[in-house]
Amino acid sequence: MTFLRRAIAVPLLACALAGAAPAEERFPPPQFETAYQRPRTTAPWPRADWREYVDLAMLVSTLTLASYLALRARRRGGMFALMLFCLAYFGFYRQGCVCPIGAIQNVSRGIADGGFVVPVTVVAFFCLPLAFTLLFGRTFCAGVCPLGAIQDLVILKPLKVPAWVEHSLGLLAWVYLGGAVLLAAAGSAFIICRYDPFVGLFRLSAEWTMLVMGGSLLLVGAFVPRPYCRFLCPYGALLRVTSLLSRRHATVTPDECIRCRLCEDSCPFGAILKPTEPLAPHAGLQGKRLLAGLILLLPVLAAGGAWLGGLASGAMSRADYTVLLADRVRLDQAGLVQGDDQYINAFRVMKLTPGELYDLSRGVQDRFRRWGRVFGGFLGVVIGLKLLRLSVRRTRQDYAPNRSTCLSCGRCFAYCPIERKRRGTPCGRTNA
Amino acid sequence: MAEGKQMLTRRAFLGAGARGACVLGLGGAAAALLARQASKGDAVWQIDPDKCTACGNCANYCVLRPSAAKCVHAFPMCGYCERCFGYFDPQATDFHSGAENQLCPSGAIQRAFVEEPYYQYTIDERLCIACGKCVKGCRTFGNGSLILQIRHDRCVNCNECSIAAACPADAVRRVPAAQPHILPANCPKEPPDKKGKPS
Repeated sequence: MTFLRRAIAVPLLACALAGAAPAEERFPPPQFETAYQRPRTTAPWPRADWREYVDLAMLVSTLTLASYLALRARRRGGMFALMLFCLAYFGFYRQGCVCPIGAIQNVSRGIADGGFVVPVTVVAFFCLPLAFTLLFGRTFCAGVCPLGAIQDLVILKPLKVPAWVEHSLGLLAWVYLGGAVLLAAAGSAFIICRYDPFVGLFRLSAEWTMLVMGGSLLLVGAFVPRPYCRFLCPYGALLRVTSLLSRRHATVTPDECIRCRLCEDSCPFGAILKPTEPLAPHAGLQGKRLLAGLILLLPVLAAGGAWLGGLASGAMSRADYTVLLADRVRLDQAGLVQGDDQYINAFRVMKLTPGELYDLSRGVQDRFRRWGRVFGGFLGVVIGLKLLRLSVRRTRQDYAPNRSTCLSCGRCFAYCPIERKRRGTPCGRTNA
Repeated sequence: MAEGKQMLTRRAFLGAGARGACVLGLGGAAAALLARQASKGDAVWQIDPDKCTACGNCANYCVLRPSAAKCVHAFPMCGYCERCFGYFDPQATDFHSGAENQLCPSGAIQRAFVEEPYYQYTIDERLCIACGKCVKGCRTFGNGSLILQIRHDRCVNCNECSIAAACPADAVRRVPAAQPHILPANCPKEPPDKKGKPS
C-alpha cells in the first residue's frame, strides 16, 4: 500500500504545471502473491505485404484491359464496366490509397530525401500509368482511376466550356503539381492527399470540409464533366504531356474520317478537334511574328514567375511544422497567445530553446525561398509553353481527338458511322 | 516529300525522341528509388509516446470515426495500481467503477480485481475514442504506461496521416512495417510472443 501513500504525497500542483512531463516509473511493479501474470501489450500487425502485390497486379491488368478496350475492341460499354469495377476496387475496397496521384509526393520526397521509404508498389503505381500513357494515351483516366470514375458517373448535362476557360483553368493543375512537389520534397505536407476531394466518399467517413469539397466538385461535374481531372489533377497534368507523346492513341473513327460532323458534339470533355479552316492570306506571317514574340516572352515569364514564387514561398513555408511552431512560439514570447495552446504545450516538453527553434525555422524558410523561386520559374515556363502551343497552327483534315485532353473513354466511337458499319449496326442502336 | 510515307518524318522522329527521353527519365527515377530502398520494406504511421502530449487531436483528426489511434496499456510499465490515475477522475471521491468516477468518457477501460490491493486495467479498443484523457492522467500522476498508438488493424495507412498533420508535437511519423509499434523509451522489453514476433 506504500505506493498509494506516495501517490497522495505527490504535489499535485507541480505535476499539473509540468503538464505532459515525460513518463517516469513512480510505482515499481509489486511482487504479486497470486500467480498473476500481467497481460501482453496488444500489438496488431499491419496488413501483409503480399496484398500490395495483388493491388499491383490489379493495376497492371486493368491498365492493359483499358488500353485494349480503347484501342483494339473500341467498346464504351466494356470501358464503363471496367471503370465501375475499378471504382469498386481501387475506390471503395482499397479506399483510394495508394493512388498514382498521391504517389507523386512519395516519389518527390524519396528523390529529395534519401532516408524516406518509397515502397516498390508506390513507385510502380507512379510509373505504370505514365508508361501506359506513353504507349496508348490516357486509358488510365478512362478506365482505372477511381477519382475519374466517380466524376464520370455524375455527368448529367455536359456544357461546352469556352476554350479560353478550359486552357486557363487547365494551368491550375500545374500550380497544384508544382506546389505539391515542393511541399512533399521539403517534407512539410502531402497536400494532394490532404485535399483529395473524393477519398472521403470512398472511406464513407471524412471531415466536413472534405465532403463539401467533394460534393461541390460532383455538383459542378454534373454540368462541367470531370472538373477535377481537367482542371486540378496534378497527375493529369503529367498525363497530358505524356499522352501528347503517346506512341498510339485512340481515334474517333476506326478507318478514314468522312468529316460527317456526327462526332462533333459527342465528347463531354470537348476533346475532339475539328478540321482546320483554310488559312487567311498574310495569317502565316502574322503567326510567325506572334510565335517569335512568344519565344522571346518565355524568359520574361520564367523570371517573373521566379520572382512571384520567391514572394509566395513565405506563405507556403507555413505548411511546414517547424515554421508553424516557430511562429506560434514567437507569438507566445510576445505574450499574444492566450489560454491553453496545444503547440506551446508541446514546445515546452521539447527541450529546445526558442532561439534554436527560430534558427531551424529560418533554415526551412531559406530552403523554401530557394525552391519557391524554382517553382515560380517552372510555372512561368509552363504558361509560356502553353501560349506557344496555342499559337502553333496544325493543319488537320479530319476530326481527331486532342491527344493531351482526350481520356480515351470511348464515348465518341458509337457516333461514327464508319464504326457503326464496322459493328454491323448502321442505325438505331447507339450504345456499346 | 514523295517518299514521305516511307521515311521517318521530322515530327515522328522528334516524338519518338521525346518519348524515349520520358521512358529513360521514368525508368531512371524508378531504378534509383528502388535500388536505394529495396531493403527497407513498407512504412506505416505510428505515434511516438515520448513526444505525444495527449492533446486529444487523435480523436478528432483521423479519417476514421472512431479514430484508428487507441489507448494502449504498455503492461511492462504498469497495469496494477489500485487507484489508476488513468482510470479515476481526479475529482472522484469514491474509488469504485461507477461511471461518475471514471475519467474515460466512453468507459473503455476495464478494471478487474487481481489481488489485494491490485487491479488490472485493460482497454476495450472497440469503445476507446483516443481522446487521451487517461494518457494524460496516467502520465501526470502515474507511471505513464497508458499511451496512444495507431492500431494497424484499423489504420488505412493514408499517404498523409491526418493525425500527423494535426499533431502539435510532431509525434506521428512513418516507421518500418516490420517494427510498427513504439513503446516509451523507458518501457522494459517484453519477451517475444508465441508467434515469435518481437513486440
